[in-house]
Amino acid sequence: MTAHQLIFAYLAIAITGLSVMVITRRNPVHAVLWMLVLFVHIAILYLFLNAEFLAAIQIIIYAGAILVLFLFVIMLLDVKDVEMERRFLGLWPAGVVITAILTLLSVIVLREIDVFPPLGQFSIERIRSEGNIMTIGRVLYTRHLLPFEIASLILLVAIIGAVVLAKKRKGVE
Amino acid sequence: MFLCIKSVGMPGEYVPIDYIPVIIVLFVATLIGLLPLVMGVILRPRRPYPLKLSPYESGIEPVGEPRYRFSVRFYVIAMLFVVFDVEVVFLYPWAVAFDKLGLFGFIEMMIFIFMLLVGYIYAWEKGALEWD
Repeated sequence: MTAHQLIFAYLAIAITGLSVMVITRRNPVHAVLWMLVLFVHIAILYLFLNAEFLAAIQIIIYAGAILVLFLFVIMLLDVKDVEMERRFLGLWPAGVVITAILTLLSVIVLREIDVFPPLGQFSIERIRSEGNIMTIGRVLYTRHLLPFEIASLILLVAIIGAVVLAKKRKGVE
Repeated sequence: MFLCIKSVGMPGEYVPIDYIPVIIVLFVATLIGLLPLVMGVILRPRRPYPLKLSPYESGIEPVGEPRYRFSVRFYVIAMLFVVFDVEVVFLYPWAVAFDKLGLFGFIEMMIFIFMLLVGYIYAWEKGALEWD
């Protein structure tokens, strides 16, 4: 086992383990803190995929902004430690069915994926000589123009949704 | 161990060698955080009694729960922050590659910013930025 395989094995196990920690915590604030560690591990995984910019964004957006949003939701809803309530325990057959369907789907999809596809034009050497952000900028704003503009629409929907949901109705506090 | 590995190679063999200082800083930061706690556990005398272990709130008996409901306005502000944070992230590679993209890139970014400007004006008009 070489060094990078060892690192990948650590990251894979850590990300899976941390995800389990996030969803099993009774205290929602603890869950969010575990999620912070999870996001940092995902950022390290991106670094090993030669996606420096994505790693930085993972830290800035997810660990910085999305987690703040999660904390605000917890404080907003005044969530106490989640108890083992009967209404949650009764849902386990649905959970099993959903998990089975998702597992089947991922098996079908993963069988189609070529694990060692032919290399594209963006080799690691090329990305490093041009600069990571420069490469992203040149591809994102030319070839992937439509998804980029759709992103602005999705963000617009997010603004309008948040404002509509939190808008104070007349006469209601 | 890492230094003998080539930093440039096939995608599966890539090791981000430039980030070793970051890992060292993370390690030292964790150590600085954990060391005082561990030292405290080892060195401090431990003679607890109920009054000493009770929560301390400026010398008064603690009133109410430490957690209480926050105003929904915090959520709106956080949501707007996330949206405009993402917008700035999109501006960043655009600014770096600006001289390669030319007028076309300028116009498409203006469309992008205009879409979010619509959202900004909407939030402003609906009073989401005002506190009371």
